[in-house]
Amino acid sequence: MIDWLIEPFQQPFNQRAVLAALLIGLTNGYMSAFVVLRKSALKVGSLSHALLPGIAVAILVAGLHDWSVFLGSLFAALLIGLGSLAVSRGSRLDQDSALAILYTAAFSGGIILLRRIGVAQEMQEWLFGNIMGLRNSDLWTNFWISCGALGVLTALHRPLLMTLFDAEVAATLGVPVRALNYLLLAVLIVVLISSLQAVGCMLALGLLVTPAATVYLLTDSTNALFWGGSLLGGLAAACAVLVGWWFNIEQGPAIVLVLGAVFLVVFLFGPKYGLLRRLGSRG
Amino acid sequence: MVYPTHESCAHCGHHHELSVEDLRVRYRDVDALQDVSFATSCGACVALIGPNGAGKSTLLKAVAGLLPIAAGRILWRGTKVAKWSREIAYLPQRENVDWHFPITVRGVVRMGRYPQAGWWRPFSPTDEAAIERAIALMGLADLANRQISHLSGGQQQRVFLARALAQEAHVLLLDEPFTGLDRNSKSSLAATLRNLTEEGRLVIAAHHDMDNVRDIYDEVLLLHRRAIAFGPVAEVFTDAGLEATFGVPPEQGKEVA
Repeated sequence: MIDWLIEPFQQPFNQRAVLAALLIGLTNGYMSAFVVLRKSALKVGSLSHALLPGIAVAILVAGLHDWSVFLGSLFAALLIGLGSLAVSRGSRLDQDSALAILYTAAFSGGIILLRRIGVAQEMQEWLFGNIMGLRNSDLWTNFWISCGALGVLTALHRPLLMTLFDAEVAATLGVPVRALNYLLLAVLIVVLISSLQAVGCMLALGLLVTPAATVYLLTDSTNALFWGGSLLGGLAAACAVLVGWWFNIEQGPAIVLVLGAVFLVVFLFGPKYGLLRRLGSRG
Repeated sequence: MVYPTHESCAHCGHHHELSVEDLRVRYRDVDALQDVSFATSCGACVALIGPNGAGKSTLLKAVAGLLPIAAGRILWRGTKVAKWSREIAYLPQRENVDWHFPITVRGVVRMGRYPQAGWWRPFSPTDEAAIERAIALMGLADLANRQISHLSGGQQQRVFLARALAQEAHVLLLDEPFTGLDRNSKSSLAATLRNLTEEGRLVIAAHHDMDNVRDIYDEVLLLHRRAIAFGPVAEVFTDAGLEATFGVPPEQGKEVA
């Protein structure tokens, strides 16, 4: 029994996976507060799917490297994001519809392309993540991305929060609203790409919404939302990697499933905004 | 002409005029406002009155520096209004605000000190004092730590006013401040606006309710894409003026939608 419990801590690839899950969960959890406050979960979902064709084209053009995957994803996300804006401005469609058309088409293209260029066995990893396959260098990349993202977001916390609360009022107080929105999008894309290894582009949205959404049902404090979401994301991701090892479940889905389970408990039994509490106070 | 002096103008040493000259604002290809001219000054409480889509919100946003101006100009104390100014506060419509945002009353009021404190700097004792003074002046001291959805409509409007006071704004631009308030909140907000005006601020509000215009405001701008009339309430807020603005004579005592 004890052996079974400590087994995952003895394997280097497991130690790396737990550490990476912690880092990725912390960063994504912090970022999820922005996604929840902006009510932009749908857009982020399309963005995460849009990464796949970018990765495919990057591998095709420049081969499989960290930097090519990164640049490809970035380029695809920008193209789909700006493209949807152009389509919605140039037609009578709203931006959400335009986004849905573009990202599903691009995603399909990505799948077909990835199958053809000989990395089909890795398709599963791009879609659902493979945190057990991390190298030391990946861990360092994740570490620096986490430091950079959290550093920028906490440093600009005051103007970012004003922008989220009321962009027009923020602008009349001298906050550079447009620049901050672009910055937030850029950080979001970087964080999204860093989470691909853990949960893949199909499940990345879960890690970028559920943590803060769960904490949102528990608190009215902004700081608690950001750091609580961060803590929940990190702990849940790290625990899920262990649970995955013990019960032989794929780690990517396990992370999102653990987060979903925590959300369900809070949704039902939360002391402040839980469903039972609300039904109780109504009856 | 001799202007009354106001305590809150003392730091600038002279009379403050807001003048809008031949203003034109375009949304895409449509003129939302054209040929709007009027001039008013601190110590006045001005109502913007006109039907829906007349450009009341647009005019407020233009004065706040939020919209690009296609033609004409807006001058405050003789200089063109910039994209933003510490002296001009914009208070949005209550229905456009996410009241479930996880922030307290004090948190909203603190935003008013952003121009002084900037991106990172911790608030100075002066900032903190201004914040607490604004909260106390608006009667929110007991509610300062509450999340903003747990407030009445009148209290929510006061939170925005407190933020404007913390900002030490001189011009207050309010979009439909009385909409959705109950009778008591309306009269108490009216008294507050009168006070702020008498202390020397310039209050400009988009206004729907035809009943209480005479009790609250000094001047009226009748607006329907262009300025129909501007002047003291008694001269402008007349049946003829309203008919020219709304097309049909609005029944007094009813809200004009």
